[in-house]
Order: sequence, then C-alpha cells, then structure tokens
Amino acid sequence: MKINLTVNGEPASAEAEPRTLLVHFLRDSLGLRGTHWGCDTTNCGACVVLVDGEPVKSCTMLAAMADGHEVLTVEGLEREGQLDPVQQGFIEEHGLQCGFCTPGMMLTARALLDSNPNPSEDEIRVAISGQICRCTGYKNIIASIRWAAEHSEEVTA
Amino acid sequence: MQVPAPFDYARASTVDDAIGLLERLGPEARLVAGGHSLLPMMKLRLATPEHLVDINPLESELGYIREADGEIRIGALARHRDILESELLAKHFPMIREAEELIADPPVRNRGTIGGALCQADPSEDLSAVCAALGAVAVIRGRDGERTVEMPEFHQGPYETAVGDAEMLVEVRIPIREHAGSAYEKVKRRTGDWATAAAGTALWLDGSDVAAAGIALSAVNPSNVRSTRAEEALVGRPPTEEAFAEAAAIAAEDCEPIGDLRGPADYKRHLARELTHRALRRAAERALAS
Repeated sequence: MKINLTVNGEPASAEAEPRTLLVHFLRDSLGLRGTHWGCDTTNCGACVVLVDGEPVKSCTMLAAMADGHEVLTVEGLEREGQLDPVQQGFIEEHGLQCGFCTPGMMLTARALLDSNPNPSEDEIRVAISGQICRCTGYKNIIASIRWAAEHSEEVTA
Repeated sequence: MQVPAPFDYARASTVDDAIGLLERLGPEARLVAGGHSLLPMMKLRLATPEHLVDINPLESELGYIREADGEIRIGALARHRDILESELLAKHFPMIREAEELIADPPVRNRGTIGGALCQADPSEDLSAVCAALGAVAVIRGRDGERTVEMPEFHQGPYETAVGDAEMLVEVRIPIREHAGSAYEKVKRRTGDWATAAAGTALWLDGSDVAAAGIALSAVNPSNVRSTRAEEALVGRPPTEEAFAEAAAIAAEDCEPIGDLRGPADYKRHLARELTHRALRRAAERALAS
C-alpha cells in the first residue's frame, strides 16, 4: 500500500506492506536512520518519534497508521543549520554517552517543552519515564532538558 | 526482528463502517485502536488476524469524555493520556487518575485507548479493575443497534469479553453518585511494567454508613473480577478501620494469584490485602469529604 505522510515538515511517501512498523518505514523506506530501533517490545523508547506532536514508540505503530499524519524525527530538530535548544542542551550538559537513547530522549524533550516550557525536574522525570538510558545518564539528560528550557530564547534568536 | 504476519489492512471511517467491515471480513478480522496490546501480540505471532480494521480515524467520533444524564461517558477511543488529564474524571472519580498515572508509560499512554484496554481483557490491566469497582457499563454496538453490559459480565475470562463477532465496544458509562469516594493502589516493579497487584475501591455513603462498595483487584485473579464478598462485608456499616481490615482480608482470601517473575503467590495475596485496605481507607476519606 502507498503511505503518504509529512515527515519533518516535508511530504513523504513510499510503498509498504500493511504490517510494516513505523520505525522500519522511517529507517528503511525513507532512509531516516536517526530513529533508533531498540528493544522491539515497546519498552526502551529508543524508537520514539513525534506523531502530531506527541511522543510515540514507533516500533508499536504501523506505518499505515501514520498515513496522513505529521511525524517529527531527530533529523527534523535542526532548522536551517540551527540546532534545536534541546540538541544544544545535550551538548552543553553532556546528555549522552553512547547516544543510542538520545534521538528518542530529545524528541520527548521537545514535546514536553512545547506543552510546558518550564518543566520541573519531576515533570521531566515523568516525561522520559518510558525511555531507557543504559549509560545511566538520566541526571545529565534532565540537566540537558533544563538547559534547553532556560536557553530556548537565546538559541532560537 | 519482530514483525507481524501478513494481513490485509482496512481503515474505518465511521463506527457503522467499522461494523460493516467486521461483518464482511468475518471472524478473522480484528479491530485495532492504539495497538499497544494487539501489535505486540502480533509481533510475537500470538495473534495472527487476517484482516485489521484500523479505527483510529474514528477519534473525533469516539474520543470524547463527557457528562450526560448523571453519568460520565467515555468514548472507546479516548486515549489513556486524555483520561489521565481529564479534570472531569478526576473530579468525580479520583481513582481513575491514580490508576492512569501508573499505566505503562507516557508514550504508550499517548496511543493506548480505554476501549482497547478493556477489550484486551488482560487480568493485570488496570482500567478493567477501575471500571468494575465504579460499576461502569459497557456499550456494545452491532448492526442491530446497541446493548449495554455491566463489567462483571463484560469480562468473561482472561482475554475474553462479551463483545461478539461484528460488534464493537463504543462507550463506557460510569454513574455519578453522591457521597462517593474512590482510590487506586498498585504495586509494580518499575515504570512500564504490569501490576504485581493492584486494588481499586469505591465507597458510597448513606449518612454515616456504607451504602454500597466496589472492590476490584488486578493481577491476582485469572480474570478481572469484583470481590463481591468483600463488598458485601462493608455495606450497612460505618466506614471504620475494622471494617476495612475485614473486607481486605476477605478480598485477599477470595483472590487466586499465581507465582511468577513478579513474586510468589503468597506475596501477591499479601499485597491484595494491604492494597485493598489502603485504597478503602483513602476512598472513605474522600467520600466523607464529598
């Protein structure tokens, strides 16, 4: 079947079997390998992307279900050569070691800040609670998201 | 790599369209909403439907949470996140938000729906216990119209519901009653895990006595069932610690936990008792304050 959707602000379309999961559609059909494919069991959150602005585990959504919807992947965070404040925050606060969980973490952070521009540490912890960092980097991830909250204006200025 | 077995995919545009598709495609067709129970089962090939009917396009028709005729009506496509964030539900049934905060994790709650949760009929699922304790009614629609089914009848066994072929759950109705309080208590090992044990309780007071009680446990029975004997032990008595202890002991006695990786059976039975007691205590505080 033909799947038509908007990815990172641009129309995208490709043929896929109905059973194709969104994570594989993004990676293999559209070549967007920034979305990581992790546990395959809805646990780790490495595959989180935003669908219509909300974090979703793309290993547990059919590509067909995203037809007609807007998907944001990590490749879409940077705008015209300008890093998203969340990306800058992960650099400033050393929010990653191996980087495997990072795309999903940053997208969840983006969605959180879009709805709550000044989240508390507790709110950040709840927001990322469906995602696993096995480098035990939660403290720095939280600091990175706080950095983004505190610097959103100067980075995007 | 886990990928479902091949299937044909159809998208429903209305409830009637979905029912028509189910009728035409036959018993090997399954509805999919959020897909967070069905797709993992399909990836493991525990479920191999030949046809999937995607009802996500019905969100505008079935995604509501509203008050009408003395009850709260929740459309089957209301997502966990909508239910968690609903002030209307939190006001009338505080147990619902308490349960939702501990269901799966935020990205999963963005997709999973109440209809999917109830129809999956997993004995460890939380909203099933919540709805049972609150005396909710399920509205099932088929070609010939709608019928209503009370929760104990809706859940016929593990992974079995009263929803027949070419029917779908369209709405959950929860009656609003005065002098009511409810609370949910759950123990789980970590975010995203299923309950080791959980207890949902609701109390309705008449003066200083309990007029009616709802107690439903999750993860400690082969199917989600109300603990009727424990409920009856509370009715007509004041809501005291002694009464709660007695009801909690009965609830624990009547449940049938099995030992697994989340803990041995006697530990779960202990949890059933303790969680029921704590939930009753908090439900009573809320009922008295209402």
